Amino acid sequence: MTSPVRPGTGTPRGRSVQVEPCPEGPVLVRGAEVVLDADGHEHEVTRPVVALCTCGRTQRDPWCDGTHKFVRD
Amino acid sequence: MAVVDHGYTCVAHRCKDPAVPHSLCWGAMRLPRPRGPLSALTATSLISAVGPSTDRFLVELDGLAPSCDVIVNDDFQLSLWMLYELHYRGFDDVDPELEWDPRVLACRRLLERRFEHELRFRTEAPAQKARKQAHQVQNQQPADTLAQQLGWLIEHMEGPRLAPYLQREATREEMLEFLAVRSVYHLKESDPHSFVLPRLDGGAKVALAELQYDEYGAGRVPRLHQTLYGDALEAAGLDRSYGAYVEHTPGSTLATSNVMSLLCLHQRHRGAALGHLAAFEATSSAPCRKIAAGIDRLGFPDAVAAYWREHVEADAVHEQVAIRDLCGRLVTDAPRLHDDVLFGAACCLYLDALAATHLLDGWQAGRRTPVGAGR
Ligand code: FES
Repeated sequence: MTSPVRPGTGTPRGRSVQVEPCPEGPVLVRGAEVVLDADGHEHEVTRPVVALCTCGRTQRDPWCDGTHKFVRD
Repeated sequence: MAVVDHGYTCVAHRCKDPAVPHSLCWGAMRLPRPRGPLSALTATSLISAVGPSTDRFLVELDGLAPSCDVIVNDDFQLSLWMLYELHYRGFDDVDPELEWDPRVLACRRLLERRFEHELRFRTEAPAQKARKQAHQVQNQQPADTLAQQLGWLIEHMEGPRLAPYLQREATREEMLEFLAVRSVYHLKESDPHSFVLPRLDGGAKVALAELQYDEYGAGRVPRLHQTLYGDALEAAGLDRSYGAYVEHTPGSTLATSNVMSLLCLHQRHRGAALGHLAAFEATSSAPCRKIAAGIDRLGFPDAVAAYWREHVEADAVHEQVAIRDLCGRLVTDAPRLHDDVLFGAACCLYLDALAATHLLDGWQAGRRTPVGAGR
């Protein structure tokens, strides 16, 4: 349930979005400006790297809030 | 540059003129009151600007009872804190030249040796057990082995239930005391780790810079985490000045801050510094959420919980970056630092648990340190 991400356009060469899945955890995304959640709502990216929840249990959708660690056990 | 006047008077720095706005003495503080012979010697020698003599330092060190636990000893930890603070913001009443005075450094070294020796002794057993976790998987990448071992440490060295207590049971006074004593670190949050950047290469350096950039507000001044903590203190009616609550802070909590200076100010400890950071970030998200809930339960203004809420999300990211990118890349490039990373992580977990136990035990025994609430 990774959300669509839109690349940032503010950088000189139009930078690419990097996606890095973490085993049993979230997906790290770098270089995005906006994240769209499952309902189509836009979430502004305000930090250099964000973690998107993949377990569906976060209370701060679409961001990972660390809950996945407790779900697994 | 315009100076922002927050409009309240400076208490922590004990300005000669108590009406001096905090902004006008920004960054400077005065030496705290000593808490025993060692910190008294440290303070007087720093003020007199001659620097302490190592002989007298050794006498005082040996004077601490042989059974003295330097990790929780107020006198010991406060002395070390004063000596480290010369490398951060310094003191109004101490000559800044002393930062690199060989006599000061020699005394600091004496304290650091005792501190490090004690930390090695206390973390040896869990670190050794963690190292054994690797042998079960063949051909594992060094980064994956490390992540597995760090995970084991975090799971097995978990501290007492401070966050759940703050969430459900703590009184207003206990929460204020918690916020006040934590300010010793959070008002210089991430600063120790900036010392580590020039000691790293390549991938680990990039990962640490990414973390630090976020901690330092990602280009937005109000989002500087240290400022967010100051805002939280102010909203709770506490003093946001740097060092305001050092005199209220128990040795065990000073130790949680001192260990970062110990690891981050020594090039040879760079692996341990990163291990410490990884353990710190990986044990932050869930407790921060509980602390925020406790702050809401007690009816504090929103700005108090805002700091902790920011860290639920930020540290969920930082945990991944710190374990995988930062420590993972470090041991891939420099496998010999593997055990140092585990040592640093174990130090973080051990000291955090000890400081939490001390606070909880104190409250249970009816020991409270009033920090003043509300101006
Ligand atoms: S992946 Fe972390 S909370 Fe869902």
